[in-house]
Amino acid sequence: MKLYRPLPLIPTGGVHVLELIAKSPLASLLPISCGSVSLSEDVVGCISLIASKKGQEAQLSGVLKAAHGMALPATNRVTGRAGARCVWFGQQYLLMGPEPDPSLNSVARLTDVSDGYAVVLAQGSEIEHVLARLVPVDVSRAVYKRGQTARTLIQHINGSLSRVSETAFQIIVFRSMALTLIHDIERAMQSVAARDRL
Amino acid sequence: MRLDQDSLVDQNFPIKFQFDGMSMTGFAGDTLASALLANDVRLVGRSFKYHRPRGIMSAGSEEANALVTVGSGPQQEPNIRATQLEIYEGLEVFSQNRWPSLKWDLLALNDLAAPFLNVGFYYKTFMWPKSFWEKIYEPVIRKAAGLGSLSGQANSERYEKAFAFCDLLVIGGGPTGLMSTLQAGRAGMSVILADEDNRFGGRLNSEKTQIGGVDADQWVNTIVRELSDMPNVRLMTRTAITGAYDQGTFGALERVSKHLSSPNKHLPVECFWRIFAKRSVLASGALERFIAFPNNDRPGIMTASALRTYINRYSVSPGRSVAIFANNDGAEQTARDLQAAGVQIAAYVDVRADARINGDFPIYRGASVCDTSGRLGLEGITVRHAGQEINIAADCLAVSGGWNPTVHLSCHMNGRPYWSESLLSFLPAENAIPGMVYAGAVNGHMSTRACLQSGVVNARSIMKDLGKSAAALKIPDAEDYAYGIGAIWSVSPSGKQRSWLDFQNDVTVKDIVQSVAENYRSVEHMKRYTTQGMAPDQGKNSNVAALAVLADATGKGIPETGTTTFRPPFSPVSIAAMGSEGQDKGFAPERFGSTHQAILERGAPMIEAGLWYRPSYFPRPNEKTWRQSCDREVMMVREHVGVCDVSTLGKIDIKGPDAGHLLDLVYTNKFSSLAVGKVRYGLMLREDGHVLDDGTTARLNHEHFLMTTTTVADSLVMRHLHYVHQCLHPEWDVSFASVTEHWTQFAIAGPKARDLLNGLLDQSIDNEKWPFMSCGQLNIMGISGRLFRISFSGELGFELAVPSRYGDSLFRILSARVEELGGCCYGMEALNVLRVEKGFITHAEIDGRVTAFDLGMQSMVNRTKDCIGKAASQRRGLNDVDRPRLVGLKPVGSVKQLTAGAHLFTLQDPAERIYNQGHITSVAYSPWFGYFYGLAFLKNGSERFGEQIKMVDHVRDIEAICEVVPPVAFDPDGGRARA
Repeated sequence: MKLYRPLPLIPTGGVHVLELIAKSPLASLLPISCGSVSLSEDVVGCISLIASKKGQEAQLSGVLKAAHGMALPATNRVTGRAGARCVWFGQQYLLMGPEPDPSLNSVARLTDVSDGYAVVLAQGSEIEHVLARLVPVDVSRAVYKRGQTARTLIQHINGSLSRVSETAFQIIVFRSMALTLIHDIERAMQSVAARDRL
Repeated sequence: MRLDQDSLVDQNFPIKFQFDGMSMTGFAGDTLASALLANDVRLVGRSFKYHRPRGIMSAGSEEANALVTVGSGPQQEPNIRATQLEIYEGLEVFSQNRWPSLKWDLLALNDLAAPFLNVGFYYKTFMWPKSFWEKIYEPVIRKAAGLGSLSGQANSERYEKAFAFCDLLVIGGGPTGLMSTLQAGRAGMSVILADEDNRFGGRLNSEKTQIGGVDADQWVNTIVRELSDMPNVRLMTRTAITGAYDQGTFGALERVSKHLSSPNKHLPVECFWRIFAKRSVLASGALERFIAFPNNDRPGIMTASALRTYINRYSVSPGRSVAIFANNDGAEQTARDLQAAGVQIAAYVDVRADARINGDFPIYRGASVCDTSGRLGLEGITVRHAGQEINIAADCLAVSGGWNPTVHLSCHMNGRPYWSESLLSFLPAENAIPGMVYAGAVNGHMSTRACLQSGVVNARSIMKDLGKSAAALKIPDAEDYAYGIGAIWSVSPSGKQRSWLDFQNDVTVKDIVQSVAENYRSVEHMKRYTTQGMAPDQGKNSNVAALAVLADATGKGIPETGTTTFRPPFSPVSIAAMGSEGQDKGFAPERFGSTHQAILERGAPMIEAGLWYRPSYFPRPNEKTWRQSCDREVMMVREHVGVCDVSTLGKIDIKGPDAGHLLDLVYTNKFSSLAVGKVRYGLMLREDGHVLDDGTTARLNHEHFLMTTTTVADSLVMRHLHYVHQCLHPEWDVSFASVTEHWTQFAIAGPKARDLLNGLLDQSIDNEKWPFMSCGQLNIMGISGRLFRISFSGELGFELAVPSRYGDSLFRILSARVEELGGCCYGMEALNVLRVEKGFITHAEIDGRVTAFDLGMQSMVNRTKDCIGKAASQRRGLNDVDRPRLVGLKPVGSVKQLTAGAHLFTLQDPAERIYNQGHITSVAYSPWFGYFYGLAFLKNGSERFGEQIKMVDHVRDIEAICEVVPPVAFDPDGGRARA
């Protein structure tokens, strides 16, 4: 490995031609798969933290619906679908996908946190067995249905876990902990796959 | 001896294993215990204290004698019960607690010295001289006593933890548990059935009996097949429920790959489950108990039920001439099974004069076994009958002192079992564990039919509770005998022989009596004094008999005497399983910034800051020590320019019309008056007046502030803000967002900092538009970023933030550019030197005991407004001039080295605790000044500038004379930062 990466520095009469290259949090880590379960980076686009202005909670849901087609989710719920989702996130909400419509500013305060989180899509027929090794929440299909979400421990990382389909979950953690998250999930995936061969 | 009959072992599949280096063969389905007995090995271990020869006494998890060590090296695991260890090809097992060999154990001398080693011996003997305990007595005793040992090496084998949820947890997969599970499963409830054995069936696996007109194992297979087809039922074999905890939580240990010869490397050895159950059925059955007769611990003596298990389940007879000693009707079956297997019965000894037993073998009613013989294994017994003592040759003795319901789990939340006079045993107290009911033998149902019925009835009561229904299961025909028992706990010796109660801890009847004689009469005192009921078996074999002996010695009844507390775990749980995810790096999550890879590529060693990893320094090829790199980085920042990733500092977006109010309350100084586009340093106090954290807060907009915190206090401060908003001022309209990770932020510091930026920003900046402590948004290479003119080095400094996706790219560009300007990237070491020279504080200084007054920042506590901690900070004691206060120190004597953590003394005082004047918090070698410079807290420090003081580092043995100087050594008037 070279110590320094060559830089595309092209001096052009005092004006440099340089470009900042974007790198996603999980670019070098995913996708991976093991047994029936696979992990991929969920490149969701824009992530905005929505905090309702005081006394505007009811209006916020209406404005959100008009602007992005989904109501404000109840506690432990997700609204919308892939491409435009709103996830209950404790006291606030994450709008994932579209750039927030300016109309939201009248009833809510928005903070761009697009680069603050790593978002993983974990799917496969045995995903519940994998999560049972990481999450102290009952994620069985009968109890934890599509559209449900929880702020919970994922091994020892605080994160957000939402069921997005019969066999898929969306997991959100702080960007800095992506490596540990993938390591922990992969360990559980390997263990579940190894048990299948017992 | 292996019997030629059908059983659950498959004699077509031989398995080779080693015991103490000797090669042996068993069959698929064997445990180590059954395989050893089949190979005529009776001596399996040595006892805990006296090193007595011991053999296999049971066939289950209650085994207290046959503890072995499996494997070697890091994987070595001691104290495995041979009765649970399933053999596999290549298994290597070693006996324990013996030297040099199992047959010739030198420490068996202890047994000869037994008259001196009786209970309380250690407490009375090893008292003097005091200093001998730690150095001599304890190491010697530890070496001599105890069970197996660990290798001392780190084990990399995989263990696992997992969670499970259900409506109903059924504990125990015998006839009772199977019926409960089937009944609840048919009602559609989610059920977990757990059993510690490797197959369901419980006692049915060990008995020759029929259920519903078919052989018991066939009946079990039919039920298990139906259960495994139910998606709502989870069957867990090799899984011991180890503890019952609050709110329906249970601990369980699953042996996942311990029975496999070469398991997949990803397969855990064990899995520690936490099971959350709405309801539970305890169907844990009962354990047969011993009788304390003289010399009852010789290899070859075992419980009658264990003997039946070996004969019926494993086709093994533990002896060729077997005697039976019992006090209840159940043991009769033992005689029948021995006869059916063609094994000679040497004698049937029943303590009851009216015992109903007939057979073609010698029967002694109203008799007892009063001694045994055989050094390394049983050779004969002595029967006391009709006033005579008769010697009978036997190589195996099956003992039944009755049955103890396995009530342990019902006691884990402090429930006390109650005494049943008819069963002569304890039964679980009602409602001892919320949501738990007791079914089958654990609740005193001693026949198979009663167990089947109890399983159904209890499951149906839970179904009713949870609003579930299904047709009631028909109870099949099964054995339904009445359990008759006569009381006997111990047999008095005719000489000085000892009668063993607790085989695990070598506790005898005599020890209990001695305990009472020394006035340890309460059952809890007796337990502590004798150690009865401690260690892995937790008194499973001995508790009831021991307290019966105690009751007899004190003259109180058994119910009045009571039991000691059964605590979790029910059976031993390896620490490796409980701490499984904490192995290696699993101890804590690692946090890596967006520049991590690029920093590693530059060869920087990383150090931990909280959970974060930050570069320590950036070595260049000619530099051999960290100090060379650090000194060079410091000088380059001071003379040219340096770049440092400071993204790990906490960043909290605070928005809303009340944001200013909130900041005024949490900071000692005022922020509501801060102009848009400006940054201010703030100090935050705890309610008790001590410093919580410090940092800068920028006003990006009228209703938008950005607070920075120290790296380690990020979440602490966030929590504090939520507390203030939710508990103190819920009426305020303000919201917070952590944006620590959204932004990657670089400190750019040094005289050429502006030059570096102006080569990269889309619009150039100057001192007029961007003065010290200004901030704003601007574009860098077309990307919207934020710039703050702040300095933690004392130099002209900026912090530049971009969305983290560009962090890696920007760092690579900055690090190349900074070198073109004669500067460098710098790490935490140089950052620390720069800030120490400048007298800036970190959590080394604000360690939780420090006030604004101590820091010389009392003027920052605004007089015109309130803030959290203000009132408490004004207490007189917190403003005492004699408090240790922040100063700088520089060496002026012959020793030039200062060390952090060293203590301060006046020149004339001895360096003893009572003369302590303060301590050093941070030290740096300053290449700028050419000497070590330290920050310290010194009594009345700010009044003592110019004074000489003695630094003493007792740990590193360094003593240096220092001069007390003001904390800000570098550029005290701040001209460089404003340039």
